[in-house]
Amino acid sequence: METSKVIHAFYTDDDVLMSAVKRVKAEKYHIEEVFTPFPVHGLDKAMGLEPTRLAITSFIYGCIGLVVSIVMMNYIMIEDWPQDIGGKPSFSYIENMPAFIPIMFELTVFFAAHLMVITFYLRSRLWPFKTAENPDVRTTDDHFLMEIAIHNNQFELENLLKETGAVEINIVEKVEAH
Amino acid sequence: MYTFSNRLKTFSIALIIIGALGVVYGFMTSHKSFEDVETMLATEASHGGGHGEEASHDVATTHDMTAENAALTETGEAHVDEHKEHVEHVQHQLANRPWSAIYVAAFFFFMIALGVLAFYAIQFASQAGWSPVLFRVMEGITAYVLPGGLIVLGIAVASGTIGHYNLFVWMDPEVVANDKLIQNKESYLNLPWFIIRGLIFIAGWSLYRHFARKFSIAQDNADINDNRNFKKSFRIAAAFLVFYIYTESIMSWDWIMSVDPHWFSTLFGWYVFSSMFVSGITVIALISVYLKSRGFLTFVNDSHIHDLAKFMFGMSIFWAYLWFSQFMLIWYSNIPEEVTYFVTRFQDYQLPFLGMVVLNFVFPFLLLMNSDYKRLPWFIIMAGLVVLGGHYIDVFVMIMPATVGDRWFIGIPEIGAILLFAGLFIMVVFTSLTKAPLLAKGNPFIKESEDFHY
Repeated sequence: METSKVIHAFYTDDDVLMSAVKRVKAEKYHIEEVFTPFPVHGLDKAMGLEPTRLAITSFIYGCIGLVVSIVMMNYIMIEDWPQDIGGKPSFSYIENMPAFIPIMFELTVFFAAHLMVITFYLRSRLWPFKTAENPDVRTTDDHFLMEIAIHNNQFELENLLKETGAVEINIVEKVEAH
Repeated sequence: MYTFSNRLKTFSIALIIIGALGVVYGFMTSHKSFEDVETMLATEASHGGGHGEEASHDVATTHDMTAENAALTETGEAHVDEHKEHVEHVQHQLANRPWSAIYVAAFFFFMIALGVLAFYAIQFASQAGWSPVLFRVMEGITAYVLPGGLIVLGIAVASGTIGHYNLFVWMDPEVVANDKLIQNKESYLNLPWFIIRGLIFIAGWSLYRHFARKFSIAQDNADINDNRNFKKSFRIAAAFLVFYIYTESIMSWDWIMSVDPHWFSTLFGWYVFSSMFVSGITVIALISVYLKSRGFLTFVNDSHIHDLAKFMFGMSIFWAYLWFSQFMLIWYSNIPEEVTYFVTRFQDYQLPFLGMVVLNFVFPFLLLMNSDYKRLPWFIIMAGLVVLGGHYIDVFVMIMPATVGDRWFIGIPEIGAILLFAGLFIMVVFTSLTKAPLLAKGNPFIKESEDFHY
């Protein structure tokens, strides 16, 4: 197993964190990760993260749900056993469609919502017995943590981070997972 | 300050003149003599190919139960009466067409202004932080509430006094005398009470509009720490919204639903509301984009446009929800006395009736879903024009089946009326925009609104 050194800089204010992230990006260091106790508005933009494509997957899942509902009800109500139920016209799908719309709507929403949530869990690697990944317990309460890999530039980085207002700087040996 | 550009002024005057010519043409050609209609029906029958005169009699007598309630017998004499009745029926429908055309267009533009007024009051009552930069645009549009409302009421009343009961059959004493159902509603549906109600509505709306505008301008000139005018605006907005939701509902029964006095629907008021609300928001967006492109709204940014587009998107879906709820409940239970409303629409208005669902729901739903598109001005203009077209057809399909039946067409009278009222609307709205600075600088939320970013 390979080990590498990372630097952990702690902040106690999200505004300070934001300006620190901008500073570090301007100095062309690669930020591995930022841990925060709550969403910091604009942090993703400051870090230069790509926008999420979760909404697009949701749209596709919704379309799948719509198709599933149409195929299902067309098969059951129109093709397999077109009974006369209270005089509703079961001759073709389009003739009886208003009665199917509530189900078409609900299944579209159901697929769009649930599959998107599952996609979110998969993409962000979240599941019930997962080991927590936060490097310091304070990051879930009132501290912000920026993690930067060290490539023979420990002192410059430490100085830079101190300048940005870090309240604590730790050098950590990290075991690479892969 | 905004200055009404001469080009736009000329454009609106041109619209008014061309529109008025179209309307006059509509009225001049709509009065057909009995013989004219007879020959017209005969040519139609021979052109129809199989659609014989006998068949068209059946259609005419069964499809419109509101206008005719003749008991038909099988004797030869009855056949002559039936022919005469059919021709008179068609004659009446043809005469109704220019009236309905101006009524639909007048109501459409009026409802835009009223929808904006409701939206404006909601922004005050909810103390929205994003919209104050658009308040002057909204105030400009709502200037049309008073003239627009009076015009709609005027046409409605004129159709029953000057005209030959061309819009509301319950105004015709002959029809009422033979109609038990309308007789039972007479204590509500009678001309004096109809006029009084209409005037109360218009007075209430215009009073709110007058004072909201007055306080908004007074707030501009007030001391920086003096928010009294704003507080007054807040209070009257809350009171107005209560008044509005009652009167809007009653107005939609009076001015729209009563063209079909045999039919009723409980969510009709909401349905009309959703239509006017989404059209109003669309017009706010269109005018804002226009003024911004002319450099008058430098403080309006992409995010404001984005928010308006989100409202267009959401309210289009809300409209579709109400449209479908009304349709599906009636279709599902299929009770004869209420389902005739949709039967006539499905038989004679299939394209506009279903086409407007595409224009008002499917189109904005797919186009305005993407967040990036909602920030593109040309996209908003394009989607907005489609939505407005769709809601014109919505009003068209609410009024026309009851007045002209299957004799509808979107031709010179209809387009003329649209142009006439579009010109008038532009004239009133843009004149009002010149009366005050386009930034309501005294509003306590104006800073937040200027810095609004989504």
